[in-house]
This record gives sequence, C-alpha cells and structure tokens, in this order.
Amino acid sequence: MRMDLIQPFINSADAVLAQGLGSSIAIENLSMDEEAYRRKGIAAEVHLSGEIEGRIIFDVDISAAMQLASRLAGVEVSETDEELVREAVCELANQIIGNAVTTLNDQGFHFHVRPPKQHTSEQGSKSSEDTEALVMGFTTSSGNVFMNVALRYCRRNGERAAAAG
Amino acid sequence: MEKFTPVKRSEDGQPVRYLIVDDSVFARKNLARMVETFGGQVIGEAGDGVSAISEYERLTPDIVLMDITMPQMEGIEAAEKIVRDHPSARIVMVSSVGYQENIVAALQRGARHFVQKPVKPEVLYEVIKYVMRDDGTAARGAGAGA
Repeated sequence: MRMDLIQPFINSADAVLAQGLGSSIAIENLSMDEEAYRRKGIAAEVHLSGEIEGRIIFDVDISAAMQLASRLAGVEVSETDEELVREAVCELANQIIGNAVTTLNDQGFHFHVRPPKQHTSEQGSKSSEDTEALVMGFTTSSGNVFMNVALRYCRRNGERAAAAG
Repeated sequence: MEKFTPVKRSEDGQPVRYLIVDDSVFARKNLARMVETFGGQVIGEAGDGVSAISEYERLTPDIVLMDITMPQMEGIEAAEKIVRDHPSARIVMVSSVGYQENIVAALQRGARHFVQKPVKPEVLYEVIKYVMRDDGTAARGAGAGA
C-alpha cells in the first residue's frame, strides 16, 4: 500500500478528531489487516472511485461517539439518541475523509467520493493483494476510534482522466 | 459557543434568513445552531440539490449554505441552477472537500464563497459578513468573538 495515499488520512483524522473532541489524541497502533473487517462500535463507510479506489471505514467506540455527538450538537446526547449518534459519526467521517481528499487532490490525484453511509453489518469485505487494509487505532480521552483504509492506486483510471483533459 | 454581534439585513434591520442544504441532518443542525448565534434565522433546510432548488424558489432566503457531496444532485450543480435563475442569490459552499479545483468550479458557477468543514464559527461569521457586505450590517467596532 502506498503510504503517500494513507498519510493524508492520518493527518486529517488527527486534526478533525482533536477539534471535534476538544482534546489531543494519540495514534496507538497501525497494522495491516488481512481478515474481514469486524465492526467495533458505530461505523460509517465511504467509497472512493477514480485514480484512487477503495473504501474507508471509520469506527468509533459508543462512549466516544456519544461524546463527539454531544460536542458537535451542543447538547447532551444519550444512548437513546442512537440515530443522532450515528449521524454524528457519519459527519465526522465525512469531514476526515473530505479533508484528506482535499490534500490528495491538490497533490494531483483525481477521484470521486461518495457520501458516507452507516456501516451496520458486523463484518466488512476482506482485503486482497490489490487492496490491502490498513487499520489505525486512535486513543482519545473518550474512547477508541478506528480507521480501516483499503485503497489502491489505479493507474489506468488516472491515465484515462489525464487523457480526457 | 462564542458570542457574535448579530448580522442584520441593511434594508430593514431584520435577521438574515438562511437556507441550509446538507445531506447530513447532523451537519444541518450544527450549522443552524451556529448561524443562530450570528442572529440569523433558519427558514428552511434541504438534504440534496434538487430540494435545494425548490426550497430556494419557495423561500428566497438571503443566504444559502450549501454542501457539495450530496445524493441526487451535488451542491455545485444546484448552485449553478439557482444562480442562473436568481443572479443575486448568495450561496456559500460548505464542504469538507475543499480542493482548489472544486472551489474554483463552485465560484465559477456562481457561489460567493467557500468554507471548509469542520466549520469554525468565527470563520463562517466573517464569511457571512463579507457575503452580506452590500446588504448586511454588524455593530461597528465589534468583530468575531466579541
């Protein structure tokens, strides 16, 4: 996996989570995942297509998700406001991925991002040789946040986009 | 949240009326809460570009805060269609996807400004004042965070 594609997601998650939670965060672990993805908390998934293809799953512990939702909504959010908490996680995924996409696009990569969707199944797709998944664990004062990134550079799509002008 | 000097319409001193367009209910709530601290009034919301156009026709807001990545019709296309029929429309794009190409496309198609998510209230406040500059007033001498 090309780290130049991944680094913007790490930087963006660091900045957006720190602002969203109002405290510093730490990247605790970084590993390659060859198994099917297993959901840990409340998750959102975003798909990319074009010169960079694949998906990113953003997965937040329930306690951290509630705190994020409360901070972003400006009111105390409880476990009973499940839909609001899910929406908050989707919006946070949108912000993290959007900021990373901005960096990659300004570096010359061209691709399309679809709106985030809630990831409700327990498992996600297994990574392949073509699309390895990198799992990042962030520790925050409110709980753990995971980002599972399975992306590949698709040269043919890039050449097609360049030829199209 | 910080306190801001209310931005008013210059012609009648009434609150600035907003249409908020974003496919995320959560983002709409967050933006609504923010503009209310600027003394604004949210008169409508939409979750995609198609609804944004019909809500603009129905409500004629002073400012539209428009997301870019949305289902059915994306924000840049919706902004272009609104401005084509209403050249004086004030549309501020609010998106997490803020690469140069996107910003230029939005501005070329009639958007007045661009704010990147996560939105900082003080940044949005300054943009609102700038976009309303021909028509909006804020108490003299008071700025963001005052």
